[in-house]
Amino acid sequence: MFDLNGKTALVTGASGGIGAAIARALHAAGATVALSGTRKEALEALAGELNGRTHILPCNLSQKDETEKLVPAAEAAMGGLDILVNNAGITRDMLFMRLKDEDWDAVINVNLTSAFRLSRAALRGMMKKRFGRIIQITSVVGVTGNPGQGNYAAAKAGMIGMSKSLAAEVASRGVTVNCVAPGFIESPMTDALTEGQKEAILRMVPTGRLGTGADVAAACVYLASAEAAYVTGQTLHVNGGMAMI
Amino acid sequence: MSDVAERVKKIVVEHLGVEADKVVDKANFIDDLGADSLDTVELVMAFEEEFGVEIPDDAAETILTVGDAVKFLEKAKAA
Repeated sequence: MFDLNGKTALVTGASGGIGAAIARALHAAGATVALSGTRKEALEALAGELNGRTHILPCNLSQKDETEKLVPAAEAAMGGLDILVNNAGITRDMLFMRLKDEDWDAVINVNLTSAFRLSRAALRGMMKKRFGRIIQITSVVGVTGNPGQGNYAAAKAGMIGMSKSLAAEVASRGVTVNCVAPGFIESPMTDALTEGQKEAILRMVPTGRLGTGADVAAACVYLASAEAAYVTGQTLHVNGGMAMI
Repeated sequence: MSDVAERVKKIVVEHLGVEADKVVDKANFIDDLGADSLDTVELVMAFEEEFGVEIPDDAAETILTVGDAVKFLEKAKAA
C-alpha cells in the first residue's frame, strides 16, 4: 500500500520542519523528491540525509517570476511532476486592528497566491498524464479561526476553497486536489512557547500531545498514493482531535 | 486537405475519441463533438504543442470549430 516508486514530487517549504518531514516520508515511500525552500543549506542537509533521488530547487515564493519557474524546473529535473505539495508558509501574526496592509499582503501572497501559481503550472503536465496529486498544507485555523491570525487564517481558508474548485475541474482527468490541515505540531515555533502555554494548548488536544511532522507527512503519503484516487476536494485534519470538523 | 488541417483533425480525433468523419470544418467542439470546457482547454494545449505556437486566451475563445482551429494555426504558421 501507498507505494510511490517511480513517482516524482515537489515539496515547497522543505527547509522547514513539516516540509522536511513530508519530503522524508514521500521519499521513504519511493518517490523522487524535489526539495524547494529559501534556505539552501537546510535543503542540502536534507538531500544529504536522504542520499539519492532528490533535487534541490531553492525558490523565494514571494517573487512571482521565481515561483513561475519552479514547476518547470522540477519537471525538467525529474522528467515530470506527479505530486505537488504546497507546504511553504509564513506568519505575520497581529491583532486585527493593528494588522498592516503589508503583513496581510505578504501572508496572502506567499501562502495562497504561490499555491495558486504552482498548482496552475503543475496542471498542464498532470492533465496530460491523466494523473496528478496536488496537496495543500493548510491549517486548523483556516477552519476555526484564531485570534491574531486574521491574515494567516484567511490564506489557509482560501487554500481550501481554491482546492475544492480545482478538484471539481480536474477530477475527470485523474488529478486529485486535497488539503491537509495540521493542528499544533512540534516545531521551532512551538519550542518557543512557555511550559504554561504548552499546557494550555495540550488541554485542547484530546490526544494529549503535540503532533509531529511525521503525523502530517503520513496524511500526505496517503493522499499522494494510487489508493487515494477516489478522495478529492477534501481536507484531512491532523490535529489530535482538537477540532472535530 | 492541408497538412495543418490533417494534424488538427488527428489531434481532435485522438483527444475527443470521436469518429474521423465527424471532424469536419464546421464541427463545433462543444455542440457537435461533445467536448466540455476542460476538453477545449486541453485541445488548445495540444495544438500549441503540435505546432509550437502560443495561443493566447482571447484567441482561444474565438476557436469554436475545427475550421476555426485550422484557420488560426495556418495563419500562425505563416507568420
